[in-house]
Amino acid sequence: MLLIACPWCGERDETEFHYGGQAHVAHPADPHALTDAEWGAYLFVRDNPKGEFAERWVHSAGCRRWFNVVRHTVTHDISAVYPAGQPRPNEQGEGTA
Amino acid sequence: MSNRLASGGRVDRSSRLRFTFDGVEYTGLRGDTLASALLANGVLAVGPSLYRERPRGIVTAGVDDPHALVQLERPFSEPMQLATTVELCEGLAATGLRGRGRLDEASDEARYDKTYLHTDVLVVGAGPAGLAAALVAGRSGARVVLVDDQPELGGSLLGGREEIDGRPALAWVDEVRAELDAQPETRVLTRATAIGYHDQNYLLVAERRPDRPGGGGRLWHFRARHVVLATGAHERPLVFAGNDRPGVMAAAAVRSYLNRYAVLPGGRAVVFTTGDSAYATALELAAAGAEVPALVDTRPEPPVALVEAARAAGIEVLAGSVVVGTEGGARLTGVRVRALTADDELTGPVREVACDLLAVSGGWSPAVHLWSMARGTVRYDEALAAFVPDRAAQHVRACGSGRGRYDLAGCLTEGLTAGAEAATAAGFPVTAPATPPCTGDETPAPPRPVWLVPGEEGDPSGWRDHFVDAQRDATVADVHRAIRAGMRSVEHIKRYTTIGTAHDQGKSCGVAAIGVIARLLGAGSPGEVGTTTFRGPYVPVSFALLAGRERGPLFDPVRTTAVHPWHVRRGAVFENVGQWHRPRYYPRPGEDMDAAVLRECRAAREGVAMMDASTLGKIDVIGPDAGAFLDRLYTNGFAKLPVGSARYGVMCRADGMVFDDGVTVRLAPDHYYLTTTTGNAAAVLDWMEEWLQTEWPELRVHCTSVTEQWSTVAVVGPRSREVLAALAPDLDVSNEGFPFMTVRDAVLANGVPARICRISFSGELAYEINVASWYGLAVWEAVFAYGAHAGITPYGTETMHVLRAEKGYPIVGQDTDGTVTPQDLGMAWIVARHKDFVGKRSFGRADSARADRRHLVGLLPVDRAELLPEGTQLVAPGADLAAVPVDSLGHVTSSYRSAALDRTFALALVRGGRDRIGDTVLAPLPDGRTVAATVTEPVLFDPKGARRDG
Repeated sequence: MLLIACPWCGERDETEFHYGGQAHVAHPADPHALTDAEWGAYLFVRDNPKGEFAERWVHSAGCRRWFNVVRHTVTHDISAVYPAGQPRPNEQGEGTA
Repeated sequence: MSNRLASGGRVDRSSRLRFTFDGVEYTGLRGDTLASALLANGVLAVGPSLYRERPRGIVTAGVDDPHALVQLERPFSEPMQLATTVELCEGLAATGLRGRGRLDEASDEARYDKTYLHTDVLVVGAGPAGLAAALVAGRSGARVVLVDDQPELGGSLLGGREEIDGRPALAWVDEVRAELDAQPETRVLTRATAIGYHDQNYLLVAERRPDRPGGGGRLWHFRARHVVLATGAHERPLVFAGNDRPGVMAAAAVRSYLNRYAVLPGGRAVVFTTGDSAYATALELAAAGAEVPALVDTRPEPPVALVEAARAAGIEVLAGSVVVGTEGGARLTGVRVRALTADDELTGPVREVACDLLAVSGGWSPAVHLWSMARGTVRYDEALAAFVPDRAAQHVRACGSGRGRYDLAGCLTEGLTAGAEAATAAGFPVTAPATPPCTGDETPAPPRPVWLVPGEEGDPSGWRDHFVDAQRDATVADVHRAIRAGMRSVEHIKRYTTIGTAHDQGKSCGVAAIGVIARLLGAGSPGEVGTTTFRGPYVPVSFALLAGRERGPLFDPVRTTAVHPWHVRRGAVFENVGQWHRPRYYPRPGEDMDAAVLRECRAAREGVAMMDASTLGKIDVIGPDAGAFLDRLYTNGFAKLPVGSARYGVMCRADGMVFDDGVTVRLAPDHYYLTTTTGNAAAVLDWMEEWLQTEWPELRVHCTSVTEQWSTVAVVGPRSREVLAALAPDLDVSNEGFPFMTVRDAVLANGVPARICRISFSGELAYEINVASWYGLAVWEAVFAYGAHAGITPYGTETMHVLRAEKGYPIVGQDTDGTVTPQDLGMAWIVARHKDFVGKRSFGRADSARADRRHLVGLLPVDRAELLPEGTQLVAPGADLAAVPVDSLGHVTSSYRSAALDRTFALALVRGGRDRIGDTVLAPLPDGRTVAATVTEPVLFDPKGARRDG
């Protein structure tokens, strides 16, 4: 079971959270401008890396806030936790889009 | 016959305990295990083997015993326990098992608890290494937990005769225990087995609590900053003909029975070893009065000091030799010994040695189970002939014999170092003290592993008495057959032969099996074969322990409404809807469900009826952008909904599939009151928060669940208006004064303020009276009283379903399944053209426009009495029912008997259903009949909607 540091509540057990899939997949500003293939990719296609993965979690049993986590999919090491809407930090800790 | 030694041991000779095994009465001593007590009474045999019914006996003194399965009957019933780990108590009763136990039919009433604890350092194992680690870590001031599966601390020291600091080692153990107990942040758990090691240093520890009435236990959930694994090592068996005969025991276990339990398991013992450690067994057996005619050592040149010590005790050392067979029936009577060449070939004459005990040491396997569960890697060490921990994957250290260090001084040093490093890494700097001087175990000379003692005749294909996994009766011949069948991977051979899959999961036989596989594959060493995957739990645990208190009524929270006590008094039959307990119907004496539901339906259609609708999900959506927000989530518009009005809405996922529906009321320009499906309330709130927080944080909207804050009483039927008029005397209830899909605030005759909505889920004139939930029961009773003159009838969910289905109203989650669009439901009218919303783009996908999508339609069975089971598949007339798969047109989603229609009917999702209206489809039933039904429009009752105004 993971120990996740909610940006608002601190470290809590994974059972308090729900998983929200890949982070930084924005809803297209104008879906109707997309081709069917592009819309289908937004709906159904997600990365599945062996390694670090930016993903969304929501503290359902706590503050109900969504936030982002960078988790290694093999080791489960969590290298970054940051609020929704912020860019993913790079290794130097600076924001990147 | 007593095999109890006159003195020594950790048993309490003043406390005699009576027990029975296989119905025979015996006595043992406090401090015994069931196994040591049986051995003391001369009983060696336990249950026969699973498949071949060969006699089997006690082998080890711990969790790795391959044979000693028993069924406990008293003090509590528990299947598949090991005699070697069951602590003896007064009145204990057990029977031997043939590989398989039986669950007691009675519920386990013992108390099982769970405890959650964060700690700086967790030490697993309280042998010399673990005690040293906990001691130094505790001195740092860190929070330390030490867990061990035995009733007392000491680990291997309990079964040996070592000395530390010039005194018996157990005196040192007592000293350490006293210091640990005095450390304010240190906790010591005995009878506590670490069973699982999960991500981020999360460990599960199963604690037995036999001191409590009826047994029971506690499951500890630990989160540790740093873990020290001092898990010790398991002694390996050797694979030779007849190695499963009762009387063949592990050498270290024999030593443990001698020293810890003061039991001499045999009178005439041969020792068979590949290394140094079994010499202590031979010498201590001789010292305890046993005859030890021979010590068989695979090494051609064992260490001189050991050989001389053995000879001084009158023990003949047969170097470079192996035991090739055993004699006897249900008890060993002798062994056959031959010399072994450097190429592991038998040579020379057979030497027969009479004995009733063969103490075997095939070398040691560090208990790397937890290390591996923590994703640490292991490597094969050729010098130690063992798999040892290699790279750690978490904040964990291994020490002592758990990483292949077998001398006592080395174990202490490694423990002290590991404890100091773990505490320091956790933020409590401390240095390891000097290792105390000790005697006893010396650094052993290299072993000579013999993975497969050749049979005296034939080849491996016929060696059916060379047991590799005795629990599974799996032999060298079985491994040979697996390899002949083409298998090379240890994982495949394990699954083909079932080796390592019995109750001990390969603790005793695992590495020995890998050695046999390596030999038969012609591999250079077991390291080339590798291990199978180690998985928790380390020892079997009962479901009762894992469940803890979460059983029966506490298994899952039960939600009830404020009106619940009334429903119970009325004799309602309840059903579970999510966690809610809802009345399904209210039977009168002599009524079954069908009769009750027909009566309740008639009341709603012809008079007046009432339902507790409090379980509907309710969400307050408040803020200046609330209307804009709902416009983006619902397929239809809400921003322009007038204050005081209600509107039905559907929301979809981004893929365009229906997610939820419900009625939303606008109470103020910036305040909407939204209702959801009962089972979907939490998911809808999550969904709204997700969009607000992650996509539209600029919207000024707050969402609050108010499901529990409001009670809702639905009053339904042609006479509902007159009931409401009496109940709310100041309210204009006329059709013009209170039109359909509007909301009014009113004070009821009993003084309770209410929010009343005129909405209908039945097609009848109907009202939903919402009051603060603490008034719920009083208002329900008031409605019932004010409706009494009109025969108001309470109804449950079953009638609600029939009424809505007669009107073709779908239930999300019953008539939809996540693949259904609003258009599939025949609700194209609710999909706005001139605004965007979540999912709208998906309606333009080719798949959403297919003409053969499944549509929601009505079904009328040709036989008016035929009730189609929900879930029934539908096929076209003439369909080939023998085809695989059968070409399905769809399935029945809802099916009921209708009082209003005086017949059965159903709703169904049917391929191109709206183009089949009037057609016949067939429903193959589980009883073998195939019945016909006519496809209809989904609205079967009052299709013009003439009844909603009363």
